[in-house]
Amino acid sequence: MSRNKQEEDPRINGIKTKIRVVPDFPKKGIMFQDITTVLLDPKAFKDTIDLFVERYRDKNISVVAGIEARGFLFGPPIALAIGAKFVPLRKPKKLPGETIFEEYELEYGNDRLEMHVGAVEVGDRALVVDDLIATGGTLCAAIKLLERVGAEVVECACVIELPELKGRQRLKGKPLCMLVEYR
Amino acid sequence: YAPLYILLLSLCHRAPAIRLPSNNSKTPFLLRSKASRDSETMATKEDVQDPRIPKIASSIRVIPDFPKPGIMFQDITTLLLDTEAFKDTIDIFVERYKGKGISVVAGVEARGFIFGPPIALAIGAKFVPLRKPKKLPGKVISEEYSLEYGTDKIEMHVGAVEPGERAIIIDDLIATGGTLAAAIRLLERVGVTIAECACVIELPVLKGREKLGETPLFILVTSDAA
Repeated sequence: MSRNKQEEDPRINGIKTKIRVVPDFPKKGIMFQDITTVLLDPKAFKDTIDLFVERYRDKNISVVAGIEARGFLFGPPIALAIGAKFVPLRKPKKLPGETIFEEYELEYGNDRLEMHVGAVEVGDRALVVDDLIATGGTLCAAIKLLERVGAEVVECACVIELPELKGRQRLKGKPLCMLVEYR
Repeated sequence: YAPLYILLLSLCHRAPAIRLPSNNSKTPFLLRSKASRDSETMATKEDVQDPRIPKIASSIRVIPDFPKPGIMFQDITTLLLDTEAFKDTIDIFVERYKGKGISVVAGVEARGFIFGPPIALAIGAKFVPLRKPKKLPGKVISEEYSLEYGTDKIEMHVGAVEPGERAIIIDDLIATGGTLAAAIRLLERVGVTIAECACVIELPVLKGREKLGETPLFILVTSDAA
């Protein structure tokens, strides 16, 4: 099953209405999906987390990897609720100690995602969490990092998908679960 | 993956209580064991009584010379890998703040984003991210604070909080207190009362507590490794 949207759940609409779209941020032409307004509504935030927790609690997930920085808002509550460890995936030079990195493309140039050596073990079953999937570049880098250390990436979970950017196709065949689409 | 130890000092015992590495002979270094009387630190009441604290403390890893030589970096990512320690950390904060009329949990980017939301969710408060410049879209207000060299800013969304709300501010660690003091000023400017600042770790040597003025500070673990 490659497409997964919680279409019928009545909580989804409540979440969707809380997302604020900010035009021309960070630059002209981009309609920025601002989830901070979801976090300001305790019910909408709780519903967001609950929807993911309900999906993953019985799937033996041992790692929730969250992408800096907005993945840090959703990943830890999910990890705590399902009893998984939380692993932050960060921009370069933020994590102390030994790290491994994966490069990914930006519109202009490259960036890197880093993970701590030893955070994830062979055989760990992982979820990758971010607030939004656009081109899928960051999520793809995250999947590669986790697979390099022998984890199995079970699914990627995002609150929002921008389907026109086709990020879903860049996830190395991994399924994506999202709650809200923005076209 | 070797968590090292944090020096835990107890007010009740005049000699400092040193926590040794619990396992792993591969530990590359030990914290300086400051056995002298000057290195006593106040433990919070919770430190002494709450049986969950030692495990939380021992799950924190100390990385020397990061981000630059001489700094003993307190790495909480190892705490996040210990499901029981992470849960206990959140539970202690939730038990303290639930039912106290706190409607806002403000978390300082980025590690405050890890601890703040679970607390906010559990106590039914909103979560407000306080971010580095230019990260938040839309209208923001900002507050400057001093660094060792130069200044930095934190920003908050206009309209995220309302006058009269009661807030707690969360970060993983308080060092000099500059960031937390700026966060306090930011929230107070828009009419919010800060009930308390809450951090996992304090580096008391850096006297951050003094920068917080009247605002109380609650912490779980202190470390002399500054």
